[in-house]
Amino acid sequence: MSILGFRLRRLWRPAMICVVALGSVALATAGCGGSSNKSSGSKLPTKIGKGEGALNLIAWEGYTKPDWVKPYESQTGCQVHAKFGGSSDEMVTLMRQGGGGQYDMVSASGDASLRLIKGGDVQPVNVDLIPDWQNFIPQLKSPPTNTVDGKHYGVSLQWGPNVLIYDPSKVSPAPTSWSSVYDGKYKGKLTVPDNPIQIADAALYLSKTQPALGITDPYELNQKQLDAAAALLTKQKGDVKKYWALASDEIDLFKNGDVVIGAGWPYQTITLQDAKVPVKDLIPKEGATGWLDTWMLSAKAKHPNCAYQWMKYISTPKVQAQQALSFGETPANTKACAEMDKQQKGGCKRYHADAPASYFNSIKFWKTPVADCGNGKTDCTDYTVWQQKWQEIKG
Amino acid sequence: MAPAEAAAAGRPPGLARRGSAALFRRPWLRGALTLTPPLAWFVLIYLAALVVLFVSAFWTVDPFTGDIVHNWTLQNFRTLIDSDTYHSIALRTIGLAAAVTITDAILAFPFAYYAARLAPRRLQTVLFVLVLLPLWSSYLVRVYAWRLILAHDGALNWSLDKLGIGNLNVGYSNWAMWIVFSYIWLPFMIMPIWAAIERVPDSYLDASGDLGARGWTTFRRVLFPLALPGIAAGSIFTFSLTLGDYITPQLVGGASSDFIGNVVYRSVGVANNVPFAAAFATVPLIVMAIYLAVARRMGAFEAL
Repeated sequence: MSILGFRLRRLWRPAMICVVALGSVALATAGCGGSSNKSSGSKLPTKIGKGEGALNLIAWEGYTKPDWVKPYESQTGCQVHAKFGGSSDEMVTLMRQGGGGQYDMVSASGDASLRLIKGGDVQPVNVDLIPDWQNFIPQLKSPPTNTVDGKHYGVSLQWGPNVLIYDPSKVSPAPTSWSSVYDGKYKGKLTVPDNPIQIADAALYLSKTQPALGITDPYELNQKQLDAAAALLTKQKGDVKKYWALASDEIDLFKNGDVVIGAGWPYQTITLQDAKVPVKDLIPKEGATGWLDTWMLSAKAKHPNCAYQWMKYISTPKVQAQQALSFGETPANTKACAEMDKQQKGGCKRYHADAPASYFNSIKFWKTPVADCGNGKTDCTDYTVWQQKWQEIKG
Repeated sequence: MAPAEAAAAGRPPGLARRGSAALFRRPWLRGALTLTPPLAWFVLIYLAALVVLFVSAFWTVDPFTGDIVHNWTLQNFRTLIDSDTYHSIALRTIGLAAAVTITDAILAFPFAYYAARLAPRRLQTVLFVLVLLPLWSSYLVRVYAWRLILAHDGALNWSLDKLGIGNLNVGYSNWAMWIVFSYIWLPFMIMPIWAAIERVPDSYLDASGDLGARGWTTFRRVLFPLALPGIAAGSIFTFSLTLGDYITPQLVGGASSDFIGNVVYRSVGVANNVPFAAAFATVPLIVMAIYLAVARRMGAFEAL
């Protein structure tokens, strides 16, 4: 080492000059590379051309099961490469990384879709090329989460509630309220999602239990309301065994007996029940937050024809029913109800595909919190503030 | 004169020969040629990346579009300094890295001492293989194995239950991280200490005994000080490897187990805030610089 040190010292000065020179080159490149052209002025396609042989997707875990991906691949010749996004934030980041174009499509939830549209990361699609779009429930043909100024930035897919999951052999009496995840009764046996949007779940609970706070919409919180929700979640942290990032994490936790109660998706319940773990789920009396997902097309998609074929395929009643039953969510296509009953007895009713509009309206769907929250209110906390709060809560 | 000799004399010397002659006459040229490729690699790939990292720490991100705003600002560092959250994350990371280092030093020393001085030759080879064997399997596999061991219904609690001791609730906690880190980095502590102890000449210990020192005194005043650089060298590995890790906290950590690495990972992969990640990433860099300076004073570099 000492001999090496002597040699190094003699080399130090020229090496340093090299470092500075190369460093400034790297800097200049980084500075130039930052600005990218994000506008897409392309015209909408009028027909679906020949597939490009591949399709790169960012999807929620459970959205690209071989059951329906394999037939699509053999029908179209488009090889599907799917990457799971653990949260809406991660999906937005994946869509933007490397200047975009790495992925063709994303199954964006309502709290990601507007960010992607405003950021110019996705492009409008021609819904006339997707025949089943006509059969969607009215609320999902042009929902504000994926349609801006009459332009459709993708097609709606499925929707559903975030539910309370519990192990009936360890949790009794059966819970009826979200208070079960806040009151500390199951200290060290609780899991909740690792996601800033979890603040909305706390806000929804507070809107029912502490009306004095005046929370009307869990995604439109002023500083005082946000602080109240954060205080509730900070108290909850003492009871949390682990914050789950991927659905499979929560499944492991229930399987190994590390937790007995938690917040999650019906997907976890179904997967656990399939693995003979006796769990149940419910929508507690305070209601639930939920997701409303859209397949969106990247502004720089390299395989647009495969993407259109995917949108067409995934909207058909049979595939919609398959995914709905596998994930435990509700399809956008009204024709899927009959298919669901065919694939699983009582499947349509079980996953609310025939539910009235009032059921749809009772779920508080994820959306991106913004400072200007309408009705002349501009004192709402935006998503950046929520992200910081979430980091503080987790500490 | 033979024809071949005539040809050799008449033709000017070949290019290769002239080149090697030039190299022979100019030692600096020799040095430059051998050092340029590795140095260029080092500067371009390694140092340039560090420079970009440090510079981007002074930028910010537009929250809605996710574009990087190239305005010089200290905002990221101010957030780090002002917020209690990041203090506790940094302290947790450094604290656990220190705890793992001390644990590994305590575990590794007796083992290394036995392996280097007491074990017969054949056994030495076996021990050497045993220490290195875990490194042949994937890091991830070993961490997942620990996750299964420490889970509530896992192997540990099952064994304790059979022994009638009851349950130990260490899965998904900072205790779990401490156990897993200490296990994973142990070989990196054993090897340098082993080498340091092996290097102590027997004559030193004999001399100590001849001068009237008993076993314990010899150990305390001769062997241990000579092995100390080995411990310092090993601690560089265990400390820095723990300091930079983010996978183990993610897999076996509990509700409040975030490391600096986890915040960096999420800032890049989830929040798309590369500048803030860069700012936080400078913290372990500074900690490591201080640590290396201290380790150097303890003679760690001579033991490597």
